[in-house]
Amino acid sequence: MSSENYLKDITEIKNLMNRSSRFISLSGLSGILAGTYAIIGAAYAYWLVSNSKRGYLILDGEIFQLVLLDLLLVSVASIGTAIFLTTRKAKRNNEKVWDATTKRLLVNFLTPIIAGGIYILIILNQQRYGQTGALMLLFYGLGLVNASKFTLGDIKYLGYTEILLGLSCAIFPGLGFWFWVLGFGVMHVIYGVVMYVKYDRK
Amino acid sequence: MKNILNNINKAFDHRIRLGIMSILVVNEYADFKTLKELLGITDGNLASHSKALEKVAFIRVEKQFIGRKPNTRYYATKLGKDEFKKHVEALEKLLKQ
Repeated sequence: MSSENYLKDITEIKNLMNRSSRFISLSGLSGILAGTYAIIGAAYAYWLVSNSKRGYLILDGEIFQLVLLDLLLVSVASIGTAIFLTTRKAKRNNEKVWDATTKRLLVNFLTPIIAGGIYILIILNQQRYGQTGALMLLFYGLGLVNASKFTLGDIKYLGYTEILLGLSCAIFPGLGFWFWVLGFGVMHVIYGVVMYVKYDRK
Repeated sequence: MKNILNNINKAFDHRIRLGIMSILVVNEYADFKTLKELLGITDGNLASHSKALEKVAFIRVEKQFIGRKPNTRYYATKLGKDEFKKHVEALEKLLKQ
C-alpha cells in the first residue's frame, strides 16, 4: 500500500469516529436568531417595566404576567427555530435528526437544565428571587459544556462563558437583567455568527 | 521499518474492518443497522467482516430481542481497542516517514 492509501485510511477513521459519535448539524443561524429574540424580548420587558407606574417589577400584577409571557414566547420561538433549522441542515448533510447521537446529545444537555429549572422553581416558591438570572445562566452553561462532547466541540466555549457570566451575575444580583441580556442575547448572536462562518457558509 | 510493519495488523487490512473498529472504539456499542448505515454496505458484507473481527476476538457480539425484533449489538473488546490503537499509530508513523 502506498502512503496515499494510508492517509485515506486515517481520514476515513477520523470521519467515521466523528459521524458515529457526534451530531454535527447544529445550525449557527439558529444561535443568531435565538440571541436576537432574547434581545427583543428583553427590550420589551425593559420598556414594560420602566413605563409602569412603579418603575420596577413586583411579582403580582399584570406587568409581571406580561413579562412571563414574553419570556415564554422567547423560549418557544428559540427552540422552534433551532429545531426547524437544525432539521433542515441535517437533511442537507444526509444526517439523521433522530438517532443515537442526537438522543445522547439531548440527554446530556437537558440533565443539568431540567435539574436547574426545577431548582429555580423551588426557590422562587420560597420567595427567593435574587439569584434567578444567575442560576439560569449557570445551569445553561453546565448543560452546554456537558453536551459539547456529543456535538461540535465549540459549544464548550459558549458554555464556559455562560458559567462565568452566571457566577458574576451571582456577585452582582442587581445587574441580573443585563447579565441575562449579555448571556442569552449577545453571546448567542456572537457565537452563532462564529459557527455560521466556520461551518455553514461552505 | 520492519518494526512498524509488525504493528500493521492483518485483521484490519480492509477498509470495512477498519471502519467497524473506528465506530466501535468511540461508542459503547453499535447495532447492526447503525453500522450498516454508517459504512454504507450490504447486510452480507457487514456480516462477513464482523465475523472476521469476532474470530480474532477484537469485537464481541450480543444478540437479543427488543420486543419481537432481533437486535444485534457489537462491542469492541479490550484487545480490539489496543490492537486498533497500535495499528493507527503505525499508520501515522508510516505517513511521517
